[in-house]
Amino acid sequence: MDELFKLPVLLGILYSGIRLATPYLFAAVGETFAQRSGVLNLGVEGIMLMGAYSGFYVGMKSGNVWLGLLAAALVGILMGLLMSVISITMQAEQGISGIGLHLFGLGLSSLLFKTTLGSVESINGFKPVRIPILADIPYVGEVLFNHNLLVYAAFLLVPLSAWFLSKTTFGLKIRAVGQNPQAADTLGVNVIAVRYFCVCLGGMLAGIAGASLSIALINLFQENMTNGMGFIAVALVYFGGWKPYGVLAGALLFSFVNAFQLWVQVLGIKIPSDFAIMMPYVLTILALAFATKRAQQPAALTKPFERGEN
Amino acid sequence: MADRAGVKRVVNRTVEALLPLLAVPVAFLIGAVMLAALGANPLEAYGAMLQGAFGDKSGITQTLVKATPLLLVGLGVCIAFRGGVINIGGEGQIIIGALGATALSIGFRDMPGWFLLPMSLIIGALAGAVWGGIPGVLKAKLGVNEILSTVMMNAIAVQFSNYLLRGPMIDPKEIEQGTRIAQSALLPKSVWLTRLVPQTLLHSGAILALILAVLVYIFLWRTTIGYRIRAVGLNRDAARYAGIRVPFYQALALILGGGFAGLAGAVEVMGVQHRMMENLASGYGFSGIVAALFGSLHPLGSIPASVLFGGLLVGADKMQRAVQVPSSLIDALLGLVVLFVVGSQIWSRWRARRRETHG
Repeated sequence: MDELFKLPVLLGILYSGIRLATPYLFAAVGETFAQRSGVLNLGVEGIMLMGAYSGFYVGMKSGNVWLGLLAAALVGILMGLLMSVISITMQAEQGISGIGLHLFGLGLSSLLFKTTLGSVESINGFKPVRIPILADIPYVGEVLFNHNLLVYAAFLLVPLSAWFLSKTTFGLKIRAVGQNPQAADTLGVNVIAVRYFCVCLGGMLAGIAGASLSIALINLFQENMTNGMGFIAVALVYFGGWKPYGVLAGALLFSFVNAFQLWVQVLGIKIPSDFAIMMPYVLTILALAFATKRAQQPAALTKPFERGEN
Repeated sequence: MADRAGVKRVVNRTVEALLPLLAVPVAFLIGAVMLAALGANPLEAYGAMLQGAFGDKSGITQTLVKATPLLLVGLGVCIAFRGGVINIGGEGQIIIGALGATALSIGFRDMPGWFLLPMSLIIGALAGAVWGGIPGVLKAKLGVNEILSTVMMNAIAVQFSNYLLRGPMIDPKEIEQGTRIAQSALLPKSVWLTRLVPQTLLHSGAILALILAVLVYIFLWRTTIGYRIRAVGLNRDAARYAGIRVPFYQALALILGGGFAGLAGAVEVMGVQHRMMENLASGYGFSGIVAALFGSLHPLGSIPASVLFGGLLVGADKMQRAVQVPSSLIDALLGLVVLFVVGSQIWSRWRARRRETHG
């Protein structure tokens, strides 16, 4: 156990923890928007897989990872649109339609992978960008300021979203629609349009989250490579009390546990790896049980809206 | 007038029951476009599928073999969804149920079969019930969202099973021969479920599933507990005012749902594989949801739905071989079926509301 507490290892855990937080942050902040507007999108995992695939495929074929990122964002929006039509317009039970979306994304990304790529290949993804001066700060510099652009973007997204939700008129509309859609409707807010926007925005960010895995962090695509991350991202929204900073805290907690778990395996410490891999999931359940402030849940979450109802 | 209203009601009900059925042709139409885009002839692909799933004795029995776990999981889904809770944990519950049945039957291999076989089934169901019960109790006591907790329990079950199958439960022969495939030893022959058709995998678990479907129907519609579970699912607040303990019945619905999935795992291991191995659940936890939804969350409706989706799973492999399109296509189409089925329910809700306001 001693080797775990040496400085280079601790710094290594912090460095990988920050990297690993990236997909969780994109996906969970996106889901925060959807849920704040009253829609539980459980299909994040499927969207992430589609984003990971399309980002990788376009990035590889064009040789330009930026085009890959754009493709992932667009595919994410399309998946969000599909979810919106079924869950908002058709008013479907959101828990189930999300599972449908997940199965669809899982199946389609596997199908496309098998027909267009066939085998696991790697790609030259986003490169780390050292931020001058800051990266030279001893210890902290390397941990915080030597990442690829998507990592920085994910962390910048948090204050930006918090500001957007709490300080702008549109953010206020989103919160109103999630809290009391009938009242928002009488005040002239287009409930349906706001929800469509939020679910599609969430879809876009989930697509980017997937691409952050396939073209920035792991730099390859495999079937079902997200392996539950999308579902954890949904849980992080509950954990974070439907606030971007809360989501940030949850994402960091998670990714540090994950990084710790990976290093435990790297160092060959005698915990069966299966139990190490289990840790984040057990932690999620515990977090849902003991750290969720349900009072903060948007009152209209999962409730479809229809004009003139009550 | 009374007659006309009666006729109208029958027509309405028929339309409501038939509407979800449209989800499959619509999904397959989209699938046909995808097949064409991939350069395969859709008619040839679907023809191979149909022929593979229902065309001969081997196809039909394979379809029924796959339909059995789908029906068992689907029955659990019916109970949970009717109780207003969403159980996504079928996959994990199957694994834990299969592990339970395997551990018991190998551990007590010398016991007589008439005792060991039913006990293994019961232990499988109990293990699944515990796995489904944890999210159930967490929901009842702490308000934990069961959708998320059941998904997490799936991941935990997979890791737990991997650990057991590589360590304590691995077949000793795998260690002797150095192959170290992660699977348990063979179950004693006394707990193997009887084969119904020689030279096929069809086993008596299929009959058990059919009997249970009828029993679940009686349970949900003819007993007080079943009535209360449905009342909670239909209208939580009304049920609470009527003095029904809502959290208790929701937890119960999840426990029972887990029990049926656990039983599916036990039946799969005792009827088909005869040993516990990785990927035993192979997606039945999710396709069982599709089958139950397609069967309008009715235990008897789930029977034909399970046969249909069992056929799809078998046919998907055949299609893959015939036109070289990966069977993942069918997974994607299953997702679309779910989306269309839940999306189409808006019509029955609209009609229900019209009846309320005009009738």
